[in-house]
Amino acid sequence: MKPGSIAVVGAAETTKLGKIPDMSVIGLHADAALNAMADAGLKPSDIDGVATAGASPVETAHYLGITPTWVDGTSVGGCSFMLHVRHAAAAINEGLCKTVLITHGESGRSRVGAGGFGRSPSSLMGQFEMPYGVTSPPTMFTVPVLRYLKARGYTEEDLAMVSVIQREWAAKNPRASFKDPITVDDVLNSPMIAWPFRMLMCCLVTDGGGALILTSRERAKDFPKKPVYIIGTGESVETPMVSQMVDFTTSKAFRVSGKKAFDEAGITPKDVDHLMIYDAFAHLPLYGLEDLGFCAPGEAGAFIRERNTAPGGKLPLNTNGGGLSYMHSGMYGMYALQESVRQMRGIAPAQAQGAKIAVSHGVGGMFAASGTIIFTNQD
Amino acid sequence: MDRTLPQPTPETQHFWDGCAAGELRLQRCVDCREAYFPPRPLCPKCGSRAVEVFPASGKASLYSYVINHRPRPDMGTAPHSIAVVALEEGPRMMTNIVDCPQTPEALQLDMPLKVTFQNFGAITLPFFKPAEA
Repeated sequence: MKPGSIAVVGAAETTKLGKIPDMSVIGLHADAALNAMADAGLKPSDIDGVATAGASPVETAHYLGITPTWVDGTSVGGCSFMLHVRHAAAAINEGLCKTVLITHGESGRSRVGAGGFGRSPSSLMGQFEMPYGVTSPPTMFTVPVLRYLKARGYTEEDLAMVSVIQREWAAKNPRASFKDPITVDDVLNSPMIAWPFRMLMCCLVTDGGGALILTSRERAKDFPKKPVYIIGTGESVETPMVSQMVDFTTSKAFRVSGKKAFDEAGITPKDVDHLMIYDAFAHLPLYGLEDLGFCAPGEAGAFIRERNTAPGGKLPLNTNGGGLSYMHSGMYGMYALQESVRQMRGIAPAQAQGAKIAVSHGVGGMFAASGTIIFTNQD
Repeated sequence: MDRTLPQPTPETQHFWDGCAAGELRLQRCVDCREAYFPPRPLCPKCGSRAVEVFPASGKASLYSYVINHRPRPDMGTAPHSIAVVALEEGPRMMTNIVDCPQTPEALQLDMPLKVTFQNFGAITLPFFKPAEA
């Protein structure tokens, strides 16, 4: 995309987060969408582009009474919304639409109107992974980690420290699901899920949603909120089967997506003031810090342990508390984007003072896909 | 509860037929010689359709794993490994490590393994066990 040509002019999460048994999946999409439209001073008839994952953009558009001239139903897991931002930027710049609504809603905990998790037994995953007892992300996303720990010299304590520090951020966020402080011992003594992963190294399962509204730089100045500009975007995919990752110590999709976004923005990790790395599990921030170039391979463990990403550190990371403590509905990427936008607007509960550049990096599936968005609040 | 089993497709049938015959079958490219897995009718390295099936040695090493403490209902109740092994020929595949304690102490990364097969009616699954067992 052309850096800075597109801006976020509306951003909101669902009114409630956490446990929402009185709303279905499509209801959560709509609640988030209406909140984002209110934030932007728009009504459904002002929207001419719709993107969503989980639900179909047809469902979302019809439910909200929108007649779009552009839709995107890219659904590659939790980072789909990063890809939607990237695709929407291209579509707006190409003149396919003017005002794009991106929605997410998921009844992860209450399962109201939600689909199941599973693969056809004739798919490659169904034939070559499912027979061995994989259940869901806790037994799939975690499979590369023992190899990663050995290759890097990291320990279980390094994984636990990720959870501990993100809980410190969550304590500052009134909407976070878990706010009580935890220690490395607490994490290592929490119930074993799938060795070496304990419960407190795994994300929450909650209900919620979020929505974004994007338009061109020119039109963005007429909206009630100060625009947050998009200056870099990236996306890639690697494999639908975690067992077939080329290298268990690094995500190819992370590297390709991240490099594309940083090159587009013309920045390096040193320029970044605030960072979100989708943390479905405690190893994700370690991989992300290395694959995006914030740390050399093998240095991410110490980087976190030495409190660089903690409150007061030089690189605030996952400041909403992350998927580990804030919320995780299933496709968390939307909440990472929402926190980046809050930080760029200067309204985050744990605000990084003076932050000018924010990076939001997402993962989809089990290292299957990735999307990266770089924001700035500078005109 | 019956074990969750694969449903072969025309592109993968040779693999499952091989397992039933006690043979781990991989594919390789006739043009660039790349050995690969999972089965498909084209080389993932160069795109050639000139590929052939060949029997693998069955030797492998333990590349990575988890021990699932919350087994799926069809997997029994005891914690069990979900592993990825590196085959001698290069490709990696998911499997379970069997005939050994399902503990971090017994399951050491890079330990040598060999293939073993277990029949579940219409399907025979390949598993791996310690090479010395």
